[in-house]
Order: sequence, then structure tokens, then C-alpha cells
Amino acid sequence: MTASMLTSSDRSRQLRSGLATGFMILSFLIMLVPLVLIVGYVLQRGAGIISWDFLTRDLPIIDRSADGGIGPAIVGTLLIVGVATLMAVPLGVLGGIYLNEYGGNRRTAVVVRFLADVMTGVPSVVMGLFIYTIWVLRFHNQSAFAGSLALGCLMLPVVIRTTEEVLRLVPAEQRDASYALGGRKATTIGRIVVPAAVPGVLSGALLAIARAAGETAPLLFAIGFTTRTNTNLFHGSNVALPFLIFRNATSPFTAAQDLAWGAALTLIVIVFVFTLLARLVAARFDRRSRA
Amino acid sequence: MTIIPTGSRSMSEVWTTRSGPEPVEQAEPEQPELAPEIVFEVRNLAVKYGSAVAVRDITLDIASNEITAVIGPSGCGKSTFIRCLNRMNDLVPGARVEGLVRYHGEDLYDPKVDPAQVRRRIGMVFQRPNPFPKSIYDNVAYGPRINKMRRNMDETVERALSQAALWDEVKDKLKRSALALSGGQQQRLCIARALAVQPDVLLMDEPCSALDPIATARIEDLMEELKRDYTIVIVTHNMQQAARVSDRTAFLTTEVDDSGRRSGRLVEFDRTATIFTHPSDPRTEGYITGRFG
Repeated sequence: MTASMLTSSDRSRQLRSGLATGFMILSFLIMLVPLVLIVGYVLQRGAGIISWDFLTRDLPIIDRSADGGIGPAIVGTLLIVGVATLMAVPLGVLGGIYLNEYGGNRRTAVVVRFLADVMTGVPSVVMGLFIYTIWVLRFHNQSAFAGSLALGCLMLPVVIRTTEEVLRLVPAEQRDASYALGGRKATTIGRIVVPAAVPGVLSGALLAIARAAGETAPLLFAIGFTTRTNTNLFHGSNVALPFLIFRNATSPFTAAQDLAWGAALTLIVIVFVFTLLARLVAARFDRRSRA
Repeated sequence: MTIIPTGSRSMSEVWTTRSGPEPVEQAEPEQPELAPEIVFEVRNLAVKYGSAVAVRDITLDIASNEITAVIGPSGCGKSTFIRCLNRMNDLVPGARVEGLVRYHGEDLYDPKVDPAQVRRRIGMVFQRPNPFPKSIYDNVAYGPRINKMRRNMDETVERALSQAALWDEVKDKLKRSALALSGGQQQRLCIARALAVQPDVLLMDEPCSALDPIATARIEDLMEELKRDYTIVIVTHNMQQAARVSDRTAFLTTEVDDSGRRSGRLVEFDRTATIFTHPSDPRTEGYITGRFG
């Protein structure tokens, strides 16, 4: 008698539970397939060509030639993405703080929030054309900075919205505690709300950076092309990894295609390293507050 | 060690000195038995959210160095009421406070009054322990730091933790996260944090509702200690707690008006012994004997 009370006799419930669990595991495995294939294939095709020379030498002047490296594209990518980050992340974080802490449902805030959402959906090539029109044409000059502007425009709405979302998650009790001790609004935001949100803000910023680092279209018109390293931010054409991959992958020459595979692997590694760094920083913040 | 009640200084000085000298500590002789000094005079207080009246018709005096308990059924506006005493309701969008609250004779809602200064003088402990995700030390030091009371921080932290009867348990792990403490310890940490800015009044909004009986007993003992230096107002769901710890009790209840809208109001305010033995209002009697609410 008692055994029948405690054992579940509902076969259909057990079946449904088993099905649901199985479906989740299957979905996970399917999700792994493209990830593993992409990384594996890029590794297989790209690993062979990577060497110190490959990473540091100028691009080959002749596409047919296997002689050369991708140094200028690495420098260009780091420069363009770095400057874009310096512009977009501080501005976006401040924007997110405004939206969540000060804006509320005021008209300005509603409009900014709406525009940020629309901006997130703008195709990146449109962003590139926009910068081409207002910057490149006006100054008759393709440059790394024009690329940074285009990528910055792409990153800005992502940073704004993730910052706002993360700040919203900071418990109201923490704000109350600060106010109840005589804390003013700015003090409370600066010392309690923002520090609590740092890990989330960092991963939001990182998502934006990783996305920007892989963008080809915005750079198409903005930076031009060069085979030599150009560290001048404001003057002269530049070159970035995604654009180099795009250009060489469509080339008929095997040497150029191999270069593209090597560049693709390099780009993945760069994004991976930045992700890892951001996670470490976020974990440090987390540990400091929780340990 | 005595902390001079702020009432001994002129009020204009109290509000205007942001980072002024800390109160001088001196050995004061035992005060003769006088009628208690009034800290809060509340007159016809009402709080409205939009057109809804949360609580109204509150008129009472809160005396210095006493524990005043606010009891009543859920939704009668107890928390709303004590949040008027340190202007925490300012932070609630749409909340309007009507009527008069005088703190040591000064209108708390005068436009010239700085709410941050009010809250620095009138500390608050919340229903759920809400330590910051920082170290124990930084939690206690937060208030003094933001109020520019940086001198002798170690001493300030130690004194506040001792007053909150937590020092012995945490003195060897001040750098550890406050979130690693137990619920009862966290609540005492929150009390220490509130005491660290040397307030005059401590408002406690159901401070024990998330704690077990042992932790509750510790907080109640602590309140008895703190009464010597502070004026305490406590909201509680627990009538036994009100009867155990408080000197005076205010009973609030919910009333439904002709149009069916509910609002809280003050039924009776008296010495706790009177409220629990000879309440003058039948509604109070009904509530404390468990017949309603």
C-alpha cells in the first residue's frame, strides 16, 4: 500500500520527462556541430600556414605569390577595432546609465531607446555607406579612423542596450540601502549600481567588440586597401583581417586562398583571446564582491 | 561611551553641516527623569499614490530614546508610514506626502531640507538584509565614506560592529564578503552599517521577518541596548515582538471607504502596556486578541 503511494505510477509523465531530456541533449549536440566544424575546418586549413613570418610580413603584392604575410591586416584590425571601442564603449555605457538611472520614461529616453533598437537592426553595410558619405567623401580620404567610425556606430547601440539591461538587474534594495545612509543619486550610481553591473557591462562590451572585429561590410568603403602596414589613424588607406579574408577568398589563386585561411584562423584566435581576457576581468570583479 | 543626541544641538546646525565636526564625546551625567523629549511630531499625515490613499490621519509623537512599535495587518501602510520619517518615499515615483512631520521641531518636508541629510540623521534597516556585495569592512565604512567622515575609519567600523553585537564574530574576517554571513549576521551588519554614520534615529522595517527565532532574539536584545543612545521606530508583523521590545505602540488598520477603496489609518497610539492590556478601541482589542487581521 505505502509503496504505491510513493512510487510514481504515471508512465506518461516519465515518458514525457525522458523525451524532453533527450530532446535537450540532442539540441545541444546539433548546436555543437556547426561550431566544431567551423573551428576544426579553419584550423585544418589555416594552421599550416601560420608562422611568425606569416603574422608579421607585409601582404604579397602579387596575389599569385605565396610570399608574404598578414602583418598589416592584424595591425589594421587592432587599430580600427581599438579606436572604435574607445569611442563606442564609454559613450554607450554612459548612455545606458542615462537610460536606466535618469531617463526612465521621459520622452528623450524613450526616443533614444527606440533609436538604439532601430540602429541595432541597421545592416552593417548601410553603416559603412553612411560613413563613406559623411566622412570619406567629404575629406577625400579613406582611413583607419573612418573604419573605426563605422564600427563604432555599429557597437554603440549594443553597448547602450546591454548596459541598460544589466543596470536594471541591480536590486532595488541595494539602492535603498545607499540612499538610507545619506547617499546622493550620483554617489549611489557611482559606488553601488555601476560596480555591481561591471561584469555584465564588460560582457556586453565584449560582445560588441567581437562582432565589430569580424565585420567586413562597414570597412568596404571606409578604409580602402593597402599591402603595407599603416599606423597613421587619420591618413591613408588601411587593411583589416575580415576584409582581407573576403578579398582573398574570392581570388582564383591558391596562394591567396591559403592566406585567407590563415587570416581567418588569426581572427578567431584574436577574438578568442579578447573574450578570455574579458571573462578574467569580469571574474575578478565578481570575486572581489562575493568571495 | 555616549553619543550625544542631535537634539542637543540647534537644528539649523544639524541640517547645514554636511561634513562638520563629529559630535564631541563627553561624559554626561545621568539625565534626571523628565518627560521624554519629542523627536518626531506627526500631524495628519497622509501618503497618496496618484489618487489612491495608502495611509492617512496619522497623528502621533515619537519620543527620544524609546522604542516605538508600529503594528497592524498587511497592507495597512506601516512601512509607508515609517518611510515618511526619513523621506524614503521621495524615491517612490508618484508618491505624495501630505500633512506635517516635524523632526526636533523642524519641518522634515520643508523645501530647504536636504533629504540626504535627513537620511544620514535617521538611519534605516530594511525587511530583508541588504548588505552590499562588498567586504564586511567596506559595508560598514560605506556610510562614513560617502558622508566625508573619514577620520579614524578603523575605529568607526569597530565601534559600529560592536554596537551591533557583531564584532566578535567578524573581527578576523573583515575583508571577507558580507554575503558569506548568515541571514541574522547580515541583518546585524546592516544595523552596524546604519549606526556607522552616527544617526539619531533608527527606523526598522520588519527587521526580523526573514530571520529565525534565535537571530530574532539577538536583534531584540540589541534593540534594548541601542535604546540608550538611539530613538527606535520598528514596524513589525509580530505582536509578541511589539509587546516584548517596545515602549509605545501604534496600531494601524485598513479601512474601506464608501467607494470601496482601501487605505490605512491610525487607530490607537499609547504605551505598549496599555495597548496590550486595556486597549481603548475595540478594533485594537480584536487585532491583538487574534479575532481579526
